[in-house]
Amino acid sequence: MAKFSKKPIELLQSIDYTPPRTDWMSTPNDFSDGRYAYPAKPEKIEYLMKELPGAFANPREWSPGDVDWKLPPNWKDIVHEGFKERLNKYRSLKVFMDVCVRCGACADKCHFFIGSGDPKNMPVLRAELMRSVYRKDFTLAGKILGKLTGARVMEEDVLKEWFLYFYQCTECRRCSLFCPYGIDTAEITMMARELLHLCGININWIMEPVANCNRTGNHLGIQPHAFKDILDFMLDDIEAITGKRINAPLNEKGHEVIFITPSGDVFADPGIYTFMGYLMLFDAIGLDYTLSTYASEGGNFGLFTNADMMKKLNAKMYAEANRLGAKWILGGECGHMWRVINQYMDTMNGYLQGPQMSTPVSPITGTVFGNAKQTKMVHIAEFTADLIKHGKLNLDKSRNDYVKATFHDSCNPARGMGLLDEPRYVLKNVCNHFWDMPENTIREQTFCCAGGSGLNTDEIMEIRLRGGLPRGNALKYVQDKHGVNTMACVCAIDRATLIPLADYWAPGVRITGLHELVANALILPGEGERTMNLRQEEFEELNAQEEE
Amino acid sequence: MNALYSLVFVFALVLIPLIGVGAAKLNVFFGICIPSTALLVFLAGFVCKIYGWAKRPVPFRIPTTGGQQEPYDTTLFTQNKWDNPSTGPQTVVRMLLEVLCFRSLFRNTAVKLDVKNNVVAYASAKWLWLFAILFHYSFFIIVARHMRLFLAKVPMPLEWLEFGDGIMQIGIPRMYMSDVLILVGLLFLLGRRLVDPKIRYISLVNDYFPLFLIIGIALSGVYMRYFAKVDVIAIKDMVVSLTQLKFKVPAGIDNSFYVHLFLVSTLLFYFPFSKLMHLGGVFLSPTRNLPNDTRIRHHENPWNDKSIMPHSYAAYEDDFRAPMFEAGLPLEKLPEGAEEEAKA
Amino acid sequence: MKLYNGGSILTGLVIFLGLVTFPLWFNAGSKAYSQPEVKLPAKEKECIESKEFMRKEHMQLLNEWRDWALREGKRTFVNSKGKEYTISLQNTCMKCHDNKAEFCDKCHNDQAVSPYCWDCHIQPEGLKK
Repeated sequence: MAKFSKKPIELLQSIDYTPPRTDWMSTPNDFSDGRYAYPAKPEKIEYLMKELPGAFANPREWSPGDVDWKLPPNWKDIVHEGFKERLNKYRSLKVFMDVCVRCGACADKCHFFIGSGDPKNMPVLRAELMRSVYRKDFTLAGKILGKLTGARVMEEDVLKEWFLYFYQCTECRRCSLFCPYGIDTAEITMMARELLHLCGININWIMEPVANCNRTGNHLGIQPHAFKDILDFMLDDIEAITGKRINAPLNEKGHEVIFITPSGDVFADPGIYTFMGYLMLFDAIGLDYTLSTYASEGGNFGLFTNADMMKKLNAKMYAEANRLGAKWILGGECGHMWRVINQYMDTMNGYLQGPQMSTPVSPITGTVFGNAKQTKMVHIAEFTADLIKHGKLNLDKSRNDYVKATFHDSCNPARGMGLLDEPRYVLKNVCNHFWDMPENTIREQTFCCAGGSGLNTDEIMEIRLRGGLPRGNALKYVQDKHGVNTMACVCAIDRATLIPLADYWAPGVRITGLHELVANALILPGEGERTMNLRQEEFEELNAQEEE
Repeated sequence: MNALYSLVFVFALVLIPLIGVGAAKLNVFFGICIPSTALLVFLAGFVCKIYGWAKRPVPFRIPTTGGQQEPYDTTLFTQNKWDNPSTGPQTVVRMLLEVLCFRSLFRNTAVKLDVKNNVVAYASAKWLWLFAILFHYSFFIIVARHMRLFLAKVPMPLEWLEFGDGIMQIGIPRMYMSDVLILVGLLFLLGRRLVDPKIRYISLVNDYFPLFLIIGIALSGVYMRYFAKVDVIAIKDMVVSLTQLKFKVPAGIDNSFYVHLFLVSTLLFYFPFSKLMHLGGVFLSPTRNLPNDTRIRHHENPWNDKSIMPHSYAAYEDDFRAPMFEAGLPLEKLPEGAEEEAKA
Repeated sequence: MKLYNGGSILTGLVIFLGLVTFPLWFNAGSKAYSQPEVKLPAKEKECIESKEFMRKEHMQLLNEWRDWALREGKRTFVNSKGKEYTISLQNTCMKCHDNKAEFCDKCHNDQAVSPYCWDCHIQPEGLKK
């Protein structure tokens, strides 16, 4: 792993928004250590090529640091034909290639630009990396006038540049919000990555989870029996905390609801506390539900590779709901998972819904989730907000009094869905101390954790921490002003990426899932007196620390 | 450099009609042939471009949501209907705000990095919005106002427009506000491209050229009206007869008019093949013109490949049957020998 | 070839094309355009300045006349040939150009401009036609 030792102040001082003197087409690529994520293991690509022909190619040992990337000999044709095909399949791509006026409104909206000053991280220039090739290959003016119109020939260095910069975009869509034509760099990044995949250019941090998810049902490759073991450990912990042994149905048929959440929460601290939170919530309300090992992944790294791959992975949700006879799906806290569910799922896979599926209705309150009537999938924050509104949860807010919370809107639920007030409502109802970060950094204008879209890998830590500056600085602001010590979020990737981010930019702030705080305040029927939170830290000590 | 190329190019475009009409007396060519061809190219090019966009499907509904979604419980949460619409009419409002008020540009901020105090701040930056609005609306008013020179009988609303635009009664001929504002807008848009290093870095000839071209059009128009006082009666004669397909080139029209006309023709030629097509494109942007409603209503993707199926549960269970059985997980099919074992 | 959202796109396109080509079909109904013909004075053949100058600069001249007469009290105009005239719209200009409708309005209406002369001046009753 690349060493990263810059202090925050050194990193801040190194940021310069003045572009270099060389024009961008002649600025060479920098493939030094830490500037790129490692490529996929060949066996993962071989497996996926078998499972989904046409999307991936060229499995081999290679490194972006090498001069020779071992590209297929006809890679230029592959990119050209692939580009053409996508221009014909997506109006978005064609319009976005055509209409940009380079007004620059997006330039300083990207967290990677704010943290690095690298002009190729301005969304407009990131798109120009691709648009320049579009002009040369697909427009008359570009073919004739060439560089004068901003066109350039596709060369190996251009392809390498694509790899550098389309893997420095987290598809967070913040630029798209500010663009007067709604040009969405996420859409362009997706297309560029699809084209790179056709030449065998990829990163392992995405491809291994995709391969795992296809085979084992989740990104982490947790096999079903191991999944059950982990679940049992969690139930043990819950018993230790609450004195109550609860039940967590797994792969069981005949339940009303199937619950699907990202597997990151099964595996890693602090996600596991959020997962425990779900289990406790379901026990408290007596929800008739099951978990599944086959569909044990809410997230969808397929989204970061190829539209077909995304569809294939997502299809498991309906397939498993049908097999188990569930009427509707409850979805856990996850960012890009909800982009997929809200904007792609029914379009891709809606026809797979079995006849037993129906518009979600809360069995506890009778509330009809009309806004999910087509996809039949409800966000847990919506579900819990409804329970709270109807007074179905017995909450002791004071257990969270040691928490001074703020809320991080994850990019995808914010700008690809609009889930903004639901989690805040839940948070304010389980927690007495809550402050929002400054308004240009939250809600639809939220800043990315800089690890989205499969970039939450440690080998590019400097890139991540630079990209994390806007979020980290906003967090520091509320930490200094209000003494915020906890940032809640509704995303499993956030729960992994925000920890190094906070440690670096706002040390002392811990990261938590929303339902960890819910469960901490939640009084289970028949539980014993609680002396510790879900992390098994004693309340007494926590409160004492806060008093200091 | 890109700016300089563009400026030189626009100068060359000014010289062409000056020589062509002034020296070579090609009045018919510059007065009739060029503008009619330009209009035809503009119309055909525009239609082709739109057709090119229209024939491409929109596989997914991908609006960028700029506010609270449609809630399941309207008493609990309030939808931001115009920034995150979920129905057709709401989307129409969003589009109107976008097209008429430049809603997204109105959000603009400028990042300020204060290293000493360790603060990254976001200042409101509505200048771009303001000058973009000034430029576009002035352009629109000017085009509409020009109709008095295109229409044999001028309808009342256009007379009002002419009257309103000159209502300040400054100077003779009365100064049109739109003439001043379009130049102010254009100079700001040009200025920021030259002054802001970030914007200068991304600016291409494709960006400077239309700016200089439109500045050239505006200046030649201003020169004709306020300085040369060209013979508008003769010009109207030529223009209206052109629209009636009766081609006339009256004598006595100042050369500045031919410059103006040639620059406008260049703009028409250039328009459909350039970024100026954002005029049509803004209506077709899938992140703006679609409701955020795929959780509520089905959206059809015409190329959705139904042959792509998930890795099946049967294959999954085949892969992990024995350990699943060990762990006591429910199975569709027990491992071989398991039933006998259980009986025994 | 199939269009997607063809209905709305075509509607928008037709509206746009209609607006752009508005002069074409709007003028198609009118009869062939010819330059307005103003009725020139029968008695007087020479204006205060040359015809070319008056065509181009009459508005400027009238504006100056107004300023001289009303703001500076100067009532005499000397033209480029040294001839003197009384500065007065009604008594000098309209003595010869005695028909506003057949002279001033002809071009002004054609060009859809509305000079503000008549905001203050009252047309002599006898000249109203």
